[in-house]
Amino acid sequence: MDASVQTASTTNQSAALANASKVKMRGKNVNVFYGEKQALFDVDLDVRKHQVTSLIGPSGCGKSTFLRCLNRMNDTIDVCRVQGDITLDGKDIYDPSVDVVELRARVGMVFQKPNPFPKSIFDNVAYGPRIHGLANSKTELEAMVVTSLQKAGLFEEVKDRLDGPGTGLSGGQQQRLCIARAIAVSPEVILMDEPCSALDPIATAKVEELIDELRSNYTIVIVTHSMQQAARVSQRTAFFHMGNLVEEGETDDIFTNPNDKRTQDYITGRFG
Amino acid sequence: MTDHTISVYDAELRTLAKHIAEMGGISEGMIGDALRALVRADSFLAKRVIADDRDLDNLQRRVEEDAVRTIAKRQPMASDLREIIASLRIAGNLERCGDLAKNIARRAIALQGHALPPKLVHGIEHISELTQAQLSRVLDAYVTKDVETADFVWRNDDEIDAMYTSLFRELLTYMMEDPRNISSCTHLLFCAKNVERIGDHATNIAETIIYQATGSVPSNERPKQDNSSTNLVH
Repeated sequence: MDASVQTASTTNQSAALANASKVKMRGKNVNVFYGEKQALFDVDLDVRKHQVTSLIGPSGCGKSTFLRCLNRMNDTIDVCRVQGDITLDGKDIYDPSVDVVELRARVGMVFQKPNPFPKSIFDNVAYGPRIHGLANSKTELEAMVVTSLQKAGLFEEVKDRLDGPGTGLSGGQQQRLCIARAIAVSPEVILMDEPCSALDPIATAKVEELIDELRSNYTIVIVTHSMQQAARVSQRTAFFHMGNLVEEGETDDIFTNPNDKRTQDYITGRFG
Repeated sequence: MTDHTISVYDAELRTLAKHIAEMGGISEGMIGDALRALVRADSFLAKRVIADDRDLDNLQRRVEEDAVRTIAKRQPMASDLREIIASLRIAGNLERCGDLAKNIARRAIALQGHALPPKLVHGIEHISELTQAQLSRVLDAYVTKDVETADFVWRNDDEIDAMYTSLFRELLTYMMEDPRNISSCTHLLFCAKNVERIGDHATNIAETIIYQATGSVPSNERPKQDNSSTNLVH
């Protein structure tokens, strides 16, 4: 190996190690209620910078509820009440002074089903920068769209039809378009709620490859029902069960030798 | 442990364990018969050992195929994954034990008509008893998932090593005394080495049982007393 390349890769590795210990988002004593029903019980979970954290667990375990707390998506549900502390870079995101729109620009979200706007591919990606006033000129906006599409690994496939409708793309392409739309506003954290469950294996592989690439620039939290996907894409895994965070740790450890019997039973297919 | 939601998965894992147990039984039998064939100069028994090796090989292939199929179909995780990996490893160890027994059986046939010094034969019998006890203990530990017994086996290989080193020296002495002993003593030396190697496989199996149960292999250095590969006899 070339000496300079080796040094660069060592530097990258040590940078990655240094980042690994940094906490980007922190949930402390998080309790969530939907009306009378409590959905999360005293959840403490750190989301580390430039790492992919996967949230796994059977349906109704609270993983999506926790994910939605991270950018206050739960605010849109009237009966939902969130208690406890959730911080982004040490600042409480539920503080009354926080601008929710700005928060959601910093903590973006990709949903289970690809949901492009009924607009052109270009406008889908340009939407965020436009409403947040991020571009000063048309050229700057175009550059933002191209970069976002490139980062989402979609540009080469759509560069000749940027004016075509976003809904005309295949499911996998639509999901990558949604990822491009999410990253166009330069978020710091990307939340993904089962981003591959509606995709075929090839499209899934492309999104997984993308998640791994995005990690160097963003912090990612992903909810997934596929244990293999969690094992493949994430560095840390948190297992939820009946509203409790049962176990959180290095993904490698969780999937080879979990501490808790409930985690063991779930990932080996003994319940859920 | 709780059963899987998919019951066929449990059946697949049970079949793997059953085949490993069968392989254990066959290899134990082969080792015992090979040594009896050697001590009693029984070439009929020796030939049976050689024939039995085919059954062992077939079972190993079966275990490998089943394990690969289960991995492909079920994408096992955690303890299931370790159990399947353990079955692959143990099947490999037992197949090697069978090969070593077969090799002893071949040498038993070659030694037909040679008078062997009783002291050496006793030595071989003794190291074999120790080794067979280790193997039998570790196979029981596999069936009962008994980590303590596996750990005991893992720590107790040094006696076999020490015994082998002493046999090695004794055989060399015989060869130096009378060069006509060289041929038969070399055969016996290989037999002793094979037995010692079977002991090593037993400790490997013990390590695998510990890995299967705990997710990690014992990290401490095991006590070793086989100096035959580093010492010169003058």
